[in-house]
Amino acid sequence: MTVYRASFSPLQKGLHWLMAIMVIAMLFIGVTMVSTVSPRFLTLIAIHKPLGIAILALALLRLGVRSWRGAPPLPSDLPSTQVIAARLSHLLLYALLIAMPLIGWGMLSAGGYPITLFGSWHLPAILRQNAETYAVLRTAHMLLAYVFFATILLHIAAALFHALIRRDGVFRAMVSREGTKS
Amino acid sequence: MSEQQRVNHQTQLSRSASLGRLALIGGVMFSGALAFAYAGGWLSPARLTPERMVAALGARGGNPLGHRRNHSKGVCFTGVFHASGAVSRLSVASMLASGDYPVVGRFAIAVGDPDASDLMGRVKSMAIQISAPDGQEWRSGMNNSPVFVVSNPRDFYQLTLAQHVDPATGKSDPEAVKSFFATHPQSASFAQWAKSAAWTASWVDQDYNSLNAFRFIDSGGNSHFVRWSMKATVPPTPAPQDALAKMGADFLERDLRSRRLQGSPTWHLVVTVAASEDPSNDATKVWPAGREEIDAGTLAVLGVEPEADGPCRDINYDPTILPTGITVSDDPLLAARSAAYARSFDLRTAESKDYPHSGEFGDAR
Repeated sequence: MTVYRASFSPLQKGLHWLMAIMVIAMLFIGVTMVSTVSPRFLTLIAIHKPLGIAILALALLRLGVRSWRGAPPLPSDLPSTQVIAARLSHLLLYALLIAMPLIGWGMLSAGGYPITLFGSWHLPAILRQNAETYAVLRTAHMLLAYVFFATILLHIAAALFHALIRRDGVFRAMVSREGTKS
Repeated sequence: MSEQQRVNHQTQLSRSASLGRLALIGGVMFSGALAFAYAGGWLSPARLTPERMVAALGARGGNPLGHRRNHSKGVCFTGVFHASGAVSRLSVASMLASGDYPVVGRFAIAVGDPDASDLMGRVKSMAIQISAPDGQEWRSGMNNSPVFVVSNPRDFYQLTLAQHVDPATGKSDPEAVKSFFATHPQSASFAQWAKSAAWTASWVDQDYNSLNAFRFIDSGGNSHFVRWSMKATVPPTPAPQDALAKMGADFLERDLRSRRLQGSPTWHLVVTVAASEDPSNDATKVWPAGREEIDAGTLAVLGVEPEADGPCRDINYDPTILPTGITVSDDPLLAARSAAYARSFDLRTAESKDYPHSGEFGDAR
């Protein structure tokens, strides 16, 4: 089994780990804020909105970088079920990175809420005020958050599986300082 | 990493090492899921969550589906706020600068049953949304009592539970509320007002008070603790309860419409500035008389519409939705109101089939 393989570029690695921290923080912030009536509620919401938009911006950047740079190939001996699972789960993660902030933005728009980021910075509404639309988006935001968290846990499990059990360079591709030459 | 390590050099993991590592991975997954479950309150049955608070508010009789879970019965109004500009030295909020700003508001009574008789309206309320040309909004929900009944959300929850109506009998336990007041001395001022203040047949002759303190931020970045009130411009017309009982269930809306026909009901928005020793975080305490009061302008009611199709129906009058120049204080009730109102809004926007718009089934009102 060959272990020498290319890695992601430094920009891709940086985006991955930065966004990992941001997204995990967002999921914990989200699930905490809707289960508290303490002053923490206001602090958490005040972080949740600008952080969500920052993730959207970085996700679009990352999509661009990915289509320009590509990704290192998966090990040739990886069973096809695992290859498919990898591709689908990564597709899902990209989709959620972009969909979740847009759903949040749309939800606030449909709810007639001003979309303040910080200070007097605010975003325009992207949907007309409509209670039914709000209700659908609100439910979607919550359910997809659970899907997101579950997918991330599986992603971490798979990463650790590659790092600790298969030890096939897949994990190293996202951490090592080697260049992208394969 | 050295050339040596990079070249094919994989030792087989022993079975126990593999199992150990799998167990580690399992442990990481489990810890992550546990932390998430804890954060979300699933492991804390005693935590006061917006869900529990709003469930209790919705269990006070009648059928609140589709409606706000508190101040459930109300009517929309539209109007204009004529800002005097006198408060601009204390706050840079755009709608406090001299000018006219559109208002969409709601009058209500503090009940959990949208079909309650207005006879139940000891506490009346006015909610407003003032819009500025730059798109910012100022939302406020104010009550006619001089203080709030409690200072913190947990006590509010206890009081709400005491008002629980048994769906089988349609009755609440009168001893429960009495017992709450007997064990909560902080609520005495409110109880005194509730017992002694005159009842009237109108929304128009009432003052509406912010109860919570807020911060006004001036152009120098300094903050000032304030409370505000909508002061009535007509004196109250006391009406005894037996007179009110003969007026039917909806005398408040009838009165509002008839007064509107005679001219726009108006209020003065009066801002009271706290002295340094006045509490910013306790809505059960009045601030002593003699504090600086400034008239920020006049609210005029121009139109009245029933809620079902009205412009106030789908607005969440969250008092923490504020323009630049106004921020919340450390009053713990503000965060709780925001959290609970969000939950109530989430519920009712998903329940529109329980509270149809008038046009939907061909019924006109």
